[in-house]
Amino acid sequence: MTEFLQQLINGLAFGSILALIALGYTMVYGILRFINFAHGDVFMLGAFSGFYLAPKIAALLPLPSIAGGIAVLLASMAICAALGVVIERFAYRPLRHRPKLTMLITAIGVSLFLEYTGQFVFGAAPKSFPQILPVYPLARLGGLSLNSNQLIVFGVTLGLLLALRFIVLNTKIGTAMRAVSFNPEAAALMGVNTDIVISFTFALGSALAAAAGILWAVNYPAIDPLMGILPGLKAFVAAVLGGIGNLPGAALGGIIIGVTETLVSGYISSTYRDAIAFGVLILILLVKPSGLLGKKEIEKV
Amino acid sequence: MLQIKNLEVTYGAIGALHGISLSVAAGSIVTLIGSNGAGKTTTLKTISGLLKPKAGAIGYEGKPIAGLPPHEIVKRGLSHVPEGRMIFANLTVRENLEMGAYLLRDQKIVRHELDFVFATFPRLKEREKQIAGTLSGGEQQMLAIGRALMSRPKFLMLDEPSLGLAPLLVKTIFERIVEINRERGLTILLVEQNANRALEISHSGYVLETGKITLHGDSASLRQNPRVQSAYLGG
Ligand SMILES: Nc1ncnc2c1ncn2[C@@H]1O[C@H](COP(=O)(O)OP(=O)(O)OP(=O)(O)O)[C@@H](O)[C@H]1O
Ligand SMILES: [Mg+2]
Repeated sequence: MTEFLQQLINGLAFGSILALIALGYTMVYGILRFINFAHGDVFMLGAFSGFYLAPKIAALLPLPSIAGGIAVLLASMAICAALGVVIERFAYRPLRHRPKLTMLITAIGVSLFLEYTGQFVFGAAPKSFPQILPVYPLARLGGLSLNSNQLIVFGVTLGLLLALRFIVLNTKIGTAMRAVSFNPEAAALMGVNTDIVISFTFALGSALAAAAGILWAVNYPAIDPLMGILPGLKAFVAAVLGGIGNLPGAALGGIIIGVTETLVSGYISSTYRDAIAFGVLILILLVKPSGLLGKKEIEKV
Repeated sequence: MLQIKNLEVTYGAIGALHGISLSVAAGSIVTLIGSNGAGKTTTLKTISGLLKPKAGAIGYEGKPIAGLPPHEIVKRGLSHVPEGRMIFANLTVRENLEMGAYLLRDQKIVRHELDFVFATFPRLKEREKQIAGTLSGGEQQMLAIGRALMSRPKFLMLDEPSLGLAPLLVKTIFERIVEINRERGLTILLVEQNANRALEISHSGYVLETGKITLHGDSASLRQNPRVQSAYLGG
């Protein structure tokens, strides 16, 4: 039982990180109907932003500390938000009226570009991520261990999910995002500058990926330029599982994939852990291609 | 208020508008009639910036607007109720209306416009919180018109507002259009298949046939025109 709870906690932490990445895939898909395959690399760049920012922030705030850790998190999110906007502006926007396949191939190109530029600039060898947060062991109940880092993963994820929910449901730009995702032409007729809404969506998704990168690095402190590939693919599967384009679906999908992968590798075999997400993908595509929370779009004409 | 000169629009290699010219005087209702595929929707979409013209000029309040992006055109006071309504089916009625007021900064004005729309279409008020995709076709049309009014336009374009509506509702919608024109001094360009009613409420009209204007004049005389009668008035 303790063993199971432990696996569950680990799975939830991993799943929370996947959920944050999955949201970026699903938001961009919702607006542009395209999978931004470079999104996993933005997650990687989030971790590296934190790596290079930490010493700078340490000059201003004590590190490790809660305040310092939050500063690293927010600064990395801001850097990646800007990066997401730049990627969209220069790589994807010129292709917006081309066939979707052109954009997909470009996204793969951007992904490879970021990975290899990362290897060139940061070096290919894994780097150890500095400790930015103080770690407290919180519970040791008969072998169950929950530390403050995992709690921070849950707290930050929950906070970001609530913030995102607020932006999307209760702000003007969020309503515009939903309108553009339903019908960009009609949104333009309302006076919405769709370019700005698209940039904003990339900024939001990339900031969440950066947060995921920091949370990941805090828990698994070895980072390298290819670290975004697998979590990126798994988060993509999570977004499809939840119903691509659906925000709560992406969060739910992330949690399900994270927990399933952790439980299977804990109880059955860890050899196949990376294959689990793809097994799930095949299963959904066969059983419910629109995903768990995805619905066929209703449209009355 | 609006002048179009020799407007040409193509879809790829296929021409849809072959140099049309028309003008709409401030405060008037002008109707554009024509059969399926004549280019009526293309004309409205080009005015509102959804399509870029290949040649020709569009002047609005004396300034050229051809080729501007749609959001710039809305800013100048033009509002377009598109064919097929294009309401945001995933948003509530209220959110749809708020989207219509997207460019208004002053919340007091937004509330005032909202009251006006609810007074014009009380049905929308009753269904304020409902997801717009679940409205009936008629309610969706009211919402599409209401949403277009939320931006406080000076110039309103309506693309077949009567399409698919029961006769009684068509009557209501047309009455509202006339009311808005009179009370708010809103200039209206109305595209209709329902030529009879459109010519009844409009001041002047244009007949569009395969991308060319073939007739125009004041609505009363168009209704008497034998060609219009046989082609569009069913007799
Ligand atoms: N996206 C498009 N791509 C190619 N051709 C188009 C496109 N939209 C319209 N057309 C063509 O342009 C011509 C004019 O179409 P338009 O929609 O303007 O007609 P309409 O007068 O509004 O017709 P209706 O009364 O049926 O709505 C038609 O021949 C149509 O097939
Ligand atoms: Mg049409």
